[in-house]
Amino acid sequence: MGKTVAEKIFDAHFVDNPYGDIYVIKLDSVFCHEITTPVAVNDLVARGKDRVFDPGKIKAVIDHVTPAKDSKTALQGKIIREWAVRNDIRDFFDVGRNGVCHAIFPEKGFVRPGYTIIMGDSHTCTHGAFGAFAAGVGTTDLEVGILKGVCAFHYPKTIKIKVTGELPGGVYAKDVILSIIGQLGVNGATNKVIEFMGPVIDAMSMEARMTLCNMAIEAGGTCGICYPDMTTVDYLWPFIADEYESKTDALNSFQEFCPDTDAVYDDLITIDASNLSPQVTYGYKPDTVKPVSEMHGTPVNQVYIGSCTNGRIEDLRVAAAILKGHKISDSVRGIVSPATPAIFNAALEEGIIKIFMDAGFCVTNPTCGACLGMSNGVLAEGEVCASTTNRNFFGRMGKGGMVHLMSPASAAATAIAGHITNSKLYKA
Amino acid sequence: MKNFNGNVLFLDRADINTDEIIPARYLTEITKEALKPYLLEDLKFNGFDPEKDIEGKSIIITRSNFGCGSSREHAPWALEVNGINLVIAESYARIFRQNMFNCGMMAVELSSEVIEQLFIECSNLATTIETDFRNNRFIVRSGKKEREISFSISGFDRALVEAGGWVDYADKNY
Ligand code: SF4
Repeated sequence: MGKTVAEKIFDAHFVDNPYGDIYVIKLDSVFCHEITTPVAVNDLVARGKDRVFDPGKIKAVIDHVTPAKDSKTALQGKIIREWAVRNDIRDFFDVGRNGVCHAIFPEKGFVRPGYTIIMGDSHTCTHGAFGAFAAGVGTTDLEVGILKGVCAFHYPKTIKIKVTGELPGGVYAKDVILSIIGQLGVNGATNKVIEFMGPVIDAMSMEARMTLCNMAIEAGGTCGICYPDMTTVDYLWPFIADEYESKTDALNSFQEFCPDTDAVYDDLITIDASNLSPQVTYGYKPDTVKPVSEMHGTPVNQVYIGSCTNGRIEDLRVAAAILKGHKISDSVRGIVSPATPAIFNAALEEGIIKIFMDAGFCVTNPTCGACLGMSNGVLAEGEVCASTTNRNFFGRMGKGGMVHLMSPASAAATAIAGHITNSKLYKA
Repeated sequence: MKNFNGNVLFLDRADINTDEIIPARYLTEITKEALKPYLLEDLKFNGFDPEKDIEGKSIIITRSNFGCGSSREHAPWALEVNGINLVIAESYARIFRQNMFNCGMMAVELSSEVIEQLFIECSNLATTIETDFRNNRFIVRSGKKEREISFSISGFDRALVEAGGWVDYADKNY
């Protein structure tokens, strides 16, 4: 019987099968940030086990609130910073060099096809874009990962989603994933991995694939996975050029982790993207999705472009192309957070930051900040934000605030109009 | 092993997410105890008032997909420091469910029919549950009525509860 991507990865990392379908697997990487790691660190210290399984396999960043906004967040930063130093974790990214975890770790080349990765963050599924098994976990799983380099999962079941056709202009990976979540529902993929494949995925950049996989968790999925191909190799090449004779060599090795043709799936879904229009959420769950055109005219107070979903350079380029030569509406506050320093720098060099500023946007440093309502753009009660992030829970961006999730193109167009509007009107 | 007996809090809504269980603005806390006053603070639906309804409760009965959203273990911790070690629901989000057992707590699934019956027959009365962990059954007392409900728990989850959580289990075994 053939195997899915996740089955191949699990079998290659097998440690133990203590009960039923529970597999304990070896981890290639454990990623850490300052919100969920400090409690694990304190617990390890209290247990007299302040050590790590392999300092080279642990990567850490301060990203959720940075620079610190008060003494509590300063303490969280201090705990993870001192822990990284104590345990010789060299890949630690502090203020000035830090960015949103799921943007900066791929950018630094820390992900490979076939890898197993955990992090105390639900959007760890993003890294599946590289053909890895990457899953969000809680602090206890993180703690055991840090100490032992293992994690337990149910042997994965997989849903295969084939996206056929061709994306129409003005329609992006974000619209594809919103529409998929709308179909699956918020728990349609619970305990399952999603393989995204087909011509639309093949044509996507790594950035777009990360946007897609990022939101697998919003349908309950453990991980979203794209098959490694030449796009994956090209992205990783600066980090792996020494390890392979040629790109073809690398590709052949990575494609060991593509599924077998006779792999068995829990479900097969085919979506034709040719008729897809820009999508937006209208409720407090990510599966409450409608075409943007049906929400035309909905007023917003704030527009936020950033996060691990859509804060990458490609996203900023798309938004800037729409904003260029326009001013955002007087009734709207525009905030853009480039997800990493490298993205910020590229946006500066390409003149994108200037376009945002000329349009009237506030440009913040790389951070999660407003995405989870912790800093840099928290909503007041009753306010509405058009946002390129991934979660629209009631109060997510500030107590009593409402969030409409959409693509960077739709968000930019909304900023200009002052209300939700169809980005086609603003197509460059 | 933790205590799985006590008074029941009924939460009659599906998809209660981790932001509702413990809002992100409290994630700056680095002790579990500090989360205590904020449990379910942002959960809004008719017939639920976090300020009055949580006090004295040790068990939650709710609908499907409980704990969806973020990976924050602050959600089980906020329950734990309020004395709630057992949640009974139709289904859970994966990470939340794992976090519960990883902490030596329980997230038990019952069928939608049984959950519906509990809501209809018990949610308007003071209800207590006694957990017979060894025999996989709950003894539910509501008003004058007493009933037994059996539940299933996997070998792994049982081992985690008995070990007091995943850190202790993993430390012994790996
Ligand atoms: S950007 Fe938002 S969703 Fe992404 S890791 Fe940060 S807080 Fe989480």
